[in-house]
Formats: sequence, C-alpha cells, structure tokens
Amino acid sequence: MEIAQIVGLALLTTILLMILRQEKPVMAVILSIVFSITIFILMMSKMASIISVMQELTNRVEINYFFLATVLKILGVAYLGEFAAAICQDAGEQAVARKVEFASKIIIAVMALPIMIAILETLIDLMPG
Amino acid sequence: MDVEIIFRIAGIGILISVLSIVLKQANKEEQAEMLTLAGVVVVLIIVVQLMSQLFTVVRSVFNL
Repeated sequence: MEIAQIVGLALLTTILLMILRQEKPVMAVILSIVFSITIFILMMSKMASIISVMQELTNRVEINYFFLATVLKILGVAYLGEFAAAICQDAGEQAVARKVEFASKIIIAVMALPIMIAILETLIDLMPG
Repeated sequence: MDVEIIFRIAGIGILISVLSIVLKQANKEEQAEMLTLAGVVVVLIIVVQLMSQLFTVVRSVFNL
C-alpha cells in the first residue's frame, strides 16, 4: 500500500503548504521542493527495477545497448527538467519555467541526434543503388 | 528519513512565522526580517543536501 502513504503525505503537505503560504511564501516553495524530491527519490528505486528489466530484455533480444542507454538518458533529462519547471511554475515564475523546458528540449534533441543518424544510415543502406 | 524531512521543514516554517509575528508585535521589525532570512538559509542548506542526493540517484538510475 505504498500509494496510501503517498496520498497521505501529499494531503498533509498540501495542508501545511496552505498554512505556510499565507505567512512565508518562500518557506512554502521550499517545502514543495522537498516534497517533490521525496516523491522522486521514493519512485527512483522502482524506476531502477523497471530499467533493469528493460536491460535484461534488450540483452535477450540482442538490440544494440546504445539505443536503450540514449532513451534512458533522455528520460532522465525529461524528468529532471519537468521537476524544475513545475516548481518554478508553482512559485509563479512562468518565464523561468519556460526556459528550463526549452533547455531540456534542446538537450533532448542533441541526445537524440545519434539515433536519428543511425536511422538515416539504415535507410540509405536499404535503398537500392 | 524522507518523510521526516518534510515535517522538519514545515515545523521550521511555522515556528519562524510565529516568532516573526511576535517580533513584529514587539516593534522589532529588523530582527523579524533577520529571523526570516536565517530560517530560509537553514532550510536551504537542508534542501541543497537533499537535491544533491536526488541528482546522484537520478544519475545512477539513468546512467546520465
């Protein structure tokens, strides 16, 4: 019943945030950061088991491990970027949140370039002549 | 360990807001401001440690 723990924690944090936001908005932002980090760290152990299963599968099917590694890196960048953007948006800083999202998109595009090149090379190999 | 830290930070926040209200009532505005600043710094130190832990975990999970 891990979801019960998380729901309870979330409701409690919401109430504490409502109390804090009136008096000390800075403290409220920090508390929401801490809550996000807590949930993240709780979920990362589960994520690690999912990823190990995926690695096992790629080993069995003998896909190039480089592709899975790239996908995982992109996943990590996306999670981190979304985490920061959500906190900035919560604190009312829309502009900063947009910039974080922009940066994470660019970084993901750069990381995806080798895969795109691999696809293009496969296509060129397939084409006759 | 993870859940404790939320309560600790919420407790520090509520304590500081109550203390700064008391100080403001006693006409000690500057000291109330200083108290707020000190509280934010203390909490920020905890948060920075937590964040470095988060980045280490994410880096090890996703092989970044």
